Amino acid sequence: MNTTIMLFLLQDGITNGAIYALLGLALVLVFAVTRVILIPQGEFVTYGALTYASLAAGQMPGTAKLALALGIGAFAFDLFVARKALHARLIVRSFLTNIVLPAIVLALAIYFAAQKPPVAICIALSLVIVAMIGLYLYRIAFQPLAHTSVLVLLIASVGVHLALQGLGLLFFGAEGQRGPAVLSTAFTAGSLRFTGQSITVYAITIAFIVGLWLFFGLTLYGKALRATAVNRLGARLAGIRTTLSGQIAFLLASVIGALSGIMIVPITTLYYDSGFLIGLKGFVAAIIGGLVSYPLTAVAALVVGIVEAFSSFYASNYKEVIVFMLLIPVLLLRSLAAPAVEEEKD
Amino acid sequence: MSALLSVADAHVAYGKVEAVRSVSLEVGANEIVTIVGANGAGKTTLLSAIMGILPLKGRVAFAGQDLARLDIEDRVAMGLGLVPEHRELFVTMNVEDNLELGAFRIERSKAKASMERVYTLFPRLKERRKQLAGTLSGGEQQMLAMGRALMGEPKLLMLDEPSLGLAPIIVADIFRIVTELRASGVSVLLVEQNAQAALKIADHAYVMELGEFVLSGKASDIAANERVAASYLGFQHEGDSVL
Repeated sequence: MNTTIMLFLLQDGITNGAIYALLGLALVLVFAVTRVILIPQGEFVTYGALTYASLAAGQMPGTAKLALALGIGAFAFDLFVARKALHARLIVRSFLTNIVLPAIVLALAIYFAAQKPPVAICIALSLVIVAMIGLYLYRIAFQPLAHTSVLVLLIASVGVHLALQGLGLLFFGAEGQRGPAVLSTAFTAGSLRFTGQSITVYAITIAFIVGLWLFFGLTLYGKALRATAVNRLGARLAGIRTTLSGQIAFLLASVIGALSGIMIVPITTLYYDSGFLIGLKGFVAAIIGGLVSYPLTAVAALVVGIVEAFSSFYASNYKEVIVFMLLIPVLLLRSLAAPAVEEEKD
Repeated sequence: MSALLSVADAHVAYGKVEAVRSVSLEVGANEIVTIVGANGAGKTTLLSAIMGILPLKGRVAFAGQDLARLDIEDRVAMGLGLVPEHRELFVTMNVEDNLELGAFRIERSKAKASMERVYTLFPRLKERRKQLAGTLSGGEQQMLAMGRALMGEPKLLMLDEPSLGLAPIIVADIFRIVTELRASGVSVLLVEQNAQAALKIADHAYVMELGEFVLSGKASDIAANERVAASYLGFQHEGDSVL
C-alpha cells in the first residue's frame, strides 16, 4: 500500500470517526444522566439528515408533523400528571413548549419548503424539528419510566427505535437521499484533497466538544447535569429535578444526532434505516469508553472510524463485522478487570 | 404559634413491613429536636419519608402547607433540607461545585453570600474548595454535605447521623455548628445514635423503638430518664444487659 492511499483512508476514517465521537458522547451523556441506552440515536441522525435533504429539495418533511403530534402527546401527559393540582403557569408553559412551538415550526417548514430555502434555514429548521422530537420522546416514552430498571428503559428504547424507523420509511420513502454540501470549496495539501464538507465536519465536531466541555465545566445547568449523573438522590436533595436533567440530555443528544446527519448526508446517501448502523458505531465507541468516560469514547470513536476505513478498503464485505469485532476484546478485558456486580437495584 | 414541621400519625412501610408506625412529631421555629434510638428503630426511614424519598401514609405539613403532593425538589425549594446518612455528595466534582449546586433553587445573587456564610461556618471547606469531594476525609465530607444543604437556605435542616464514623473532635465541632445554626434561625431535626451528645444540645427529644415513639419530652427530662439512660446513654447498673 502506498502512503497516498493510507493517508486517504486515514482522512476518511477520521471524518467518520469524528461523527461517531459526537454520537458516542451523546450516548454516554444520556446514559449517565437518565440510564437510558439511547438506541434511537441513529434515528435522530437519519431524521436530521433526511429532513435537511427534503427541505433543500423543496419537499415538506413529515418529521415536522411528527414533532407536532408528539408535542400534543407530551402536553397530554403533562395535563394528566398535573390533573390534581392544575397550576395555570405550568400549563401555559407546557402548552407553549409542546404545542405552540412545534406548530410554529411546522408552519415555517410548510412555508419554506415551497420555495427551496437557503442551506442555513434548512439546517436550522432540521435541528429544531429533531430537537423537539427528542424532547417530546423523553416526555412520552422515558420520563414516566424514570424510576424503573435499566432493562425496562432499554426495552422502551428499542421500541422507540423501531417506531421511529417505521415512521422514517413513511416520511421519506425507501429511496435514499443526499443533501447539498454546507461548504462546497475544496483545497489540496500535498496529495490529499480536503473538501469543504470534511473541514466542516472537523470544525463542528471540535466546536461541539469544546462547547460541551465548557457547558459541563462552567455553567450551572451543565454542572447540574453532571451532578445528576454522579448522584441522582444527591441532585434531587439539592433541588435539581431529574426530569430537567433528562430533558437537557435528550435535547443535546437529538441535536447532536441531527447535526451529525446533516454533516454526513452531503457525503453519503442516507436511507431511512441508515442511522441505526451509524448510531451503533457510536455505541461501540461508547462501550469502549465503558459508558462513562468522555475522552475514552472520543478516542475510541476515532479508532472505530479508522478501522472502518481500512477494512472497507481491504475487505469491504467484512467492514461491519471487523468494526463490531473490536468490541469483543474490549468486553473480555472489561469483564475480567471489573469485579462481579450485583444486579442493579435502584 | 403553629409548628414549622408537623407530622401526624405517620406510617412508612417497605412492602408489607411497617418500619414506622403511627408517629407524630413537631418541630418549632428556632428549635433543635432530636430523635434518638437504637440502630434499626426507623429513624432514617422517618426522615427519608418526611423528605419525600419514601412514601408516607399520614399527614406532613411544613410551614403550614401540606406536603403530600410535593416532590423532593419542591420540598427543597420550600426550605426543607436533608443531610442524608450517606451524604450523597457529587464525589467527582470539587467542593465549590458541590456547594454551588446546593443553591440550585436560589437566586444567583444570593448564592454568593450563602457560600461565604458556609465558608465562615466551615473554614476547612474553604481551604479545600478546589478539591474533589470524593477525596475529602469523612469529617470534611460531612461538613460539605451540611454546607451543601445550607446553600439551599433551609428553614429546617434534617441531619441523619451526622456524627457517624467521625473522630470525637470533629463530632464536637459538628454539634457546635448545629447550635450555631439555631442561633442563626435554622431549625434542626437531628437523628442520632450518639444520644448523649444529641440530648445535650436539643430542646425537645423523641425516643424511637421498633418504629414507634416510646417517649417524648424536653431533652433535659429525657436525658434524666432512667430507662433512656440505661438503654442509650451507656450508664448501666451492674447486672443490666446492654440492648
